[in-house]
Amino acid sequence: MAKRIDVSGLNAYYGSFLAIEDISMTVEPRSVTAFIGPSGCGKSTFLRTLNRMHEVTPGGRVEGKVMLDDENLYGAGIDPVAVRREVGMVFQRPNPFPTMSVYDNVAAGLRLNGKYKKSQLDDVVEKSLRGANLWNEVKDRLNKPGSGLSGGQQQRLCIARAIAVEPNVLLMDEPCSALDPISTLAIEDLIGELKERFTIVIVTHNMQQAARVSDRTAFFNLAAVGQPGKLIEIDDTERIFSNPSVQATEDYISGRFG
Amino acid sequence: MDITTQKPAAPPAPGPAAPEDKRAARGATRPGDRIFLGLSRGSGIFVLVLMAAIAAFLTYRASLAISKDEANFFTSFEWNPTGVPPEFGIAVLAFGTIVSSIIAMVIAVPISVGIALFITHYAPRRLGGTVAYVIDLLAAVPSIVYGLWGAIVLVPHMDGLYGWLDDYLGWTGVFAWEGGPARSLLTVGILLALMILPIITNVSREVFRQVPRMHEEAALALGATRWEVIRMSVLPFGRSGVISASMLGLGRALGETMAVAMVLSPSFDISASLLDAGGGTFAQNIASKFNEATVMGQDALIASGMVLFVITLLVNGAARLIIARRKEYSGANA
Repeated sequence: MAKRIDVSGLNAYYGSFLAIEDISMTVEPRSVTAFIGPSGCGKSTFLRTLNRMHEVTPGGRVEGKVMLDDENLYGAGIDPVAVRREVGMVFQRPNPFPTMSVYDNVAAGLRLNGKYKKSQLDDVVEKSLRGANLWNEVKDRLNKPGSGLSGGQQQRLCIARAIAVEPNVLLMDEPCSALDPISTLAIEDLIGELKERFTIVIVTHNMQQAARVSDRTAFFNLAAVGQPGKLIEIDDTERIFSNPSVQATEDYISGRFG
Repeated sequence: MDITTQKPAAPPAPGPAAPEDKRAARGATRPGDRIFLGLSRGSGIFVLVLMAAIAAFLTYRASLAISKDEANFFTSFEWNPTGVPPEFGIAVLAFGTIVSSIIAMVIAVPISVGIALFITHYAPRRLGGTVAYVIDLLAAVPSIVYGLWGAIVLVPHMDGLYGWLDDYLGWTGVFAWEGGPARSLLTVGILLALMILPIITNVSREVFRQVPRMHEEAALALGATRWEVIRMSVLPFGRSGVISASMLGLGRALGETMAVAMVLSPSFDISASLLDAGGGTFAQNIASKFNEATVMGQDALIASGMVLFVITLLVNGAARLIIARRKEYSGANA
């Protein structure tokens, strides 16, 4: 069940430092939205506010509203643990649980959510690994450690682990930056397939990647080091890369920046 | 353009330069390298020679005693090396040492892991630092002080616990109590637990602190609670470290001397109940008897010390096996 994300007036802090200021945007269900911008502009921080992961860093604090359909993730009485079960996340460096097998990695999220029969788990593990285009490569070594796979396979394993719990939204924080071009291509193809089922938000430093995989692109920037990052504009990817409405976006995309 | 002009010079010139290159590649040609190599190799050899010399001495003295022993060295409950004929065995000592150390481990390991998790994952940073500091202080208390405290404070205050154990678990026989003084293996085990707690806590704490952030975030992002993060990421990653920490603690418990000698009222018999006063451990027995022992008595004590040494070796080997068994699943290759 893909859901719409609607952010309004969001500020995020590290201690007393305002890292991102006054962000508002809407992300449509079953679409891919890419966040681009220079390092330190707050795109990853903003991404981590969408599943309440920002607040696990010491001093992390968020103000504002993030609506997932009609539920405010920062509303009173909302359990961050429950939010993270609904909004999955894939990280920059592949991080399968090193002590678990391939199978256990994929089943980890389900086991957290309650008791499942072995046959149910088998089904979900196979379905998720197929969904992550990994099944054919690992079906003969499901009981081998996940950390024995190649980097690209590990990242797809992490995607399988994230989609196994059927989240509404899938967040990806530079998922290909530690991978070689062939593995990157595999993940990009996968993103194209996954958007049929999930709302996807991806942070990337690779502008060609943003152009290739996303429907909408958001450009973030900061005035200077020490200043909060801001959303400059969000628009259809085609438009951002051909005819953006803000000069700063065009400068960044064409490499004339600062 | 430059590349083409440099090309002819690229292959190394054959002739007189070659042997020099060869020597450089082997290293240790400069005086500094040679001296350092000699020093480090010498230190390594010195340690081995020293160990061999100690082992040879102990084996020789121990064999003198065991060859005269008329009782079975491993099963006899006697300790009378100066008798006619000399009769002595280590059964009581081995039992006391192993049982008191097991009691200490059963109590200390869960508490230590709990404290280490509290310091690294639950406590606010300042409180965690304070607790860690206090634990460090505990590690610095000399064992004679633990012994004094055990004999003067712990022993007289065990009656309540002993009575409770006797009431509810006395039927097993292991926890039966007839009201004697609490100078038993159980009290020794509890005291040893306190003594090994700081070392296990400190090492576990360092291991838990080194769990990569990304492993914890992997669990968090799946919707794990704090306890689930610990179960999925922290404990598996720290497993081999906690085992190593426990072995350090166990080594101390097996070899602890003064504190045991001050608390236990030694006797050469094995009681079914852990609560009965009596028993003994290798280290305690050596410390209590060595000063007044004849040459034969010393040899017998040395023989018992060698058994303790072998037990410690076996325990450490077993721990290494446990750690190595699932190496491919350890956090190290992440």
